[in-house]
Amino acid sequence: MSVPHEYMEEPLEQPHFLKRLGLFDGLWAVLLLAGTVYTIANFSVLMDRYEVGILIGTGLALALFGWAWKPIRPLGLAVAALSLFAVWAYGDTLAAAETDFFLKYLFSSQSAIMWMSALFVMATAAYWFALVMGSTFSGKVGTALTWSASTMGLVGLMVRWRESYLISHDVGHIPVANLYEVFILFAVITGLLYLFYEKRYNNRAMGAFVLTVVSAAVAFLLWYSFERGAHEIMPLVPALQSYWMKIHVPTNFVGYGGFAMAAMLGVAYLLVDWRAAKNPQSAFVRRMPSLDQLDDLMHKLIALGFAFFTVATVLGAMWAAEAWGGYWSWDPKETWALIVWLNYAAWLHMRLTKGWRGKPLAWWAIIGLFITLFAFLGVNMFLSGLHSYGEL
Amino acid sequence: MNLAITLLVAVSIASIIGTVLQQNLPYNDYVIKFGPFWFEVFNALGLYDVYGTPWFLVLLGLLLVSTTVCVFRNTPAIIRDMRHFRLDVQTKSLRSFRHHAEWSVKGAPSELADRLGKQLKRDGYRTRQGDYGGNARIVGAMRGSMGRLGYLLSHSAIVIICIGGLMDGNLPLKFADSTGKIRAETRDLPIANVPAKSVIASDSGSFRGTVNIPEGSSADFVYLGLRDGYLVQKLPFEIALDEFRIEHYPTGQPKSYESDLIIFDEELEEPLRKTIAVNHPLVYKGYAIYQSSFSDGGSRMVLQAHSLDNPDTEALRLEGRIGQRLPVETPRGKRTVELIDFKPFNIFPIEEEDGSEGQKNFGPSVIFRLRDASGEALEYVNYMQPVPRGESLFFLSGVRSTPSEPYQYLHLPLDENDSLKRFLRLRAKAMEMNHLQTEVAAQLASMAGSADAELPQKVANSIVELVQTFVAEGIGAVVARVESSAPEAEQDAALKSFVNVIQNTLGAIYVDLLAEEEGKDLGEGVSAADQRFFEDAMNALSLMGSYGSPFVAQLTDFEQVQASGLQITKSPGKDIVYLGCVMLMAGVFFMFYMHHRRLWVRIEEDGENSRILFAGTGHRNRGDFGKEFQRLQRRLKAVSDA
Repeated sequence: MSVPHEYMEEPLEQPHFLKRLGLFDGLWAVLLLAGTVYTIANFSVLMDRYEVGILIGTGLALALFGWAWKPIRPLGLAVAALSLFAVWAYGDTLAAAETDFFLKYLFSSQSAIMWMSALFVMATAAYWFALVMGSTFSGKVGTALTWSASTMGLVGLMVRWRESYLISHDVGHIPVANLYEVFILFAVITGLLYLFYEKRYNNRAMGAFVLTVVSAAVAFLLWYSFERGAHEIMPLVPALQSYWMKIHVPTNFVGYGGFAMAAMLGVAYLLVDWRAAKNPQSAFVRRMPSLDQLDDLMHKLIALGFAFFTVATVLGAMWAAEAWGGYWSWDPKETWALIVWLNYAAWLHMRLTKGWRGKPLAWWAIIGLFITLFAFLGVNMFLSGLHSYGEL
Repeated sequence: MNLAITLLVAVSIASIIGTVLQQNLPYNDYVIKFGPFWFEVFNALGLYDVYGTPWFLVLLGLLLVSTTVCVFRNTPAIIRDMRHFRLDVQTKSLRSFRHHAEWSVKGAPSELADRLGKQLKRDGYRTRQGDYGGNARIVGAMRGSMGRLGYLLSHSAIVIICIGGLMDGNLPLKFADSTGKIRAETRDLPIANVPAKSVIASDSGSFRGTVNIPEGSSADFVYLGLRDGYLVQKLPFEIALDEFRIEHYPTGQPKSYESDLIIFDEELEEPLRKTIAVNHPLVYKGYAIYQSSFSDGGSRMVLQAHSLDNPDTEALRLEGRIGQRLPVETPRGKRTVELIDFKPFNIFPIEEEDGSEGQKNFGPSVIFRLRDASGEALEYVNYMQPVPRGESLFFLSGVRSTPSEPYQYLHLPLDENDSLKRFLRLRAKAMEMNHLQTEVAAQLASMAGSADAELPQKVANSIVELVQTFVAEGIGAVVARVESSAPEAEQDAALKSFVNVIQNTLGAIYVDLLAEEEGKDLGEGVSAADQRFFEDAMNALSLMGSYGSPFVAQLTDFEQVQASGLQITKSPGKDIVYLGCVMLMAGVFFMFYMHHRRLWVRIEEDGENSRILFAGTGHRNRGDFGKEFQRLQRRLKAVSDA
């Protein structure tokens, strides 16, 4: 059932990337351009020049991203349409969330995030069912649910952004400012990363593993919301009021997403390795990607995570230079970012220069996730420092 | 290479120590935490400043050297590899590649070479053609050589970042300190008295220091922390603080911190005015000035100290600035009031009437320490405005003996004029021996049936003693007395009756006070408000035993002066570090997303036909290269057949 995409016949002539773009791609670019121009025309008074730069950069990046990975276009359009609908439904009062049916049950940020949570958990169940029972249909359901969950998560974030401005103009900020918000970001990014590779490798069996870590994030999110009321939108402390937040945080979470998915593939690798030693023909082993593929994908994700984590750490250092008066202060968060970076640097060296493959790297990727988790959560919980924005 | 990986892991592990143990605290904190023995051990290991300690620097240095050696050793080969197409490759080695294919087609080698070369170009490869022996041509092609450059960029970036970081570190200072050229000052001295050995001239290298400037004052130096002391770093200009501002959100959270600065420099035609805020520093002459903290800059306080021992004397006026010490004469002896801090407002969460959570501003407060002749001190926080609780208004004062404890709050009831007068009078009357005795005697006399003349006197004495214990030492002392005198089974009952007696006696004094001193008409009994006042007063008195102050000091007036905490840095290595960072980011992406791939097409004449040998090799990412090779092979076959 798992025929890797790449081995299928491809047309002999592959025209240049730009020549492969179709009508929808053009429309996508035009819409993005229109959105960017509209935003600059109407809201540039509220932005400094860096934020305008980030806006334009985001437009360009989304255009390229949508061209390179086509499903981003319908996802983007769906998120935009639903978010704009919610913004319209809100009008200029938050109270609409209590009275408007669509806001109350679907698209207010908190409802959308609850939908995201439910859909991710359902997707996880569907993927596991597909893996255990060998049901192709259930796997397809898992894919559809993961796309829906990602859509709702992004809508939740977008609407939350608007809600923060409805609370008060000076409270308004991009929702990547506390632990609650970044956990949503983490779930969505990891979900999308997975969907990308699911298509690339034409294998849904990995979904059971990757979506498990997403569901764990969702479980934390729900606990954090119900137990601690973390979903309340809070104003920003002065140190966070900067355009840097818009680029530092999302970049970081591409890194974390990559590391998390790599670790889950590490788990998958070890299980497949263990089962294959006992019975190479077992259904589980046949349904999962081959060990070589898992190993290769794990490497790709750690490389991706490492590249983005490097950028995020550099951006963080530049922000620190502006906010704390030094690009490097050996603050616990900075130091742990360095530890995570060194850890994956060592992982990559082992693979690229020492030729390590397979089991030890799979174990190491799993350990790496715990180190990353400590840098992300543990530092905020146990160590005091400058970077204490997401306390438990 | 093994060394590099070992070092990566070693540096990570060493780094953890510095995050677990809070760095660069005052040495005293460490002594308290670890005790004198372990303090010395950890100090010798340099654990209080791990990232500046020699062994850590040696680790970093080794990593640096190993990376540098790596870069130097590999650079020539990589550059050669990126430039050369290796047209002289042996047929045998082409055939030994994992990816190779051979086929025959019609046509001449040179014409085929052109055609196939063109196809490879179309696929994004750079190509070069050459003769290969007598009757053969060869096309060499490569792509993604930037991937190799990525290695050079990212690895030399590490070296560059370390060099930049080293330039901005305080190694020279540490060196000068260890050779005795400079000495960290540990005493709290006025800036003019800091010895020259602890002062660094303004033309020195990099630094990172802090200074507090009160509004209306200026400074031309910063403090640098070093070991357990500080150094004074001179600046080539003077910074004055015009105004410091904090804005708040409606919830009370801080929204912004801003300082209006004025830079005085001989080289400026007129002083430079600039407002800095968090995330918006001022960079002047390579010195970056950051908004880092704030504190009180010496606000002027006016306090009215109402004596607890002598309420009819006029309140003592105490005036001074935060940071000052004021001597006070009290009936209990000499005391010193140390004014510590002032807060213009205090926002605390409260429960609203509808049960929801809200915020309330409790107004200005002053914090001071009261030190007696023996040096013992208690710390007080007193609120300026009356604080409502239930239906009454209170003067709110908190007390604690060490800064690590929470305050014990005392609510002193205010009378109709929002004054402490009535409460203080009531307390004084209860303390006054004669008055108390008369009062108790009158009470006893009103009790019927006691014929014994001796007994009432004895009872009266013990009641007087009981009441005085309560007023002077609080309910705790009364409880202690019950516990030491009554059998355990009877303690509850005894305490109840004691409290009853105290309440009755003080109640009688209170009624007298209302009638005689305030001239109230009590014909219809005590009003509900006055009744409530008495209950509040009882509560306050019962807790006052540990208050420990001979007076209650009310804040009556203030004039706030704030100070802005500035962090000033000079980091000449910053641009170098940033250059390294850019190289690192570019290098990492090049390395991961551009794979160096080489292809060769050797075309050998074979009569009317040509024999084509197509081979290729990919640097890293072998799986993907295999697929690409197969695709290219199909295309080349198609093109060569055409």
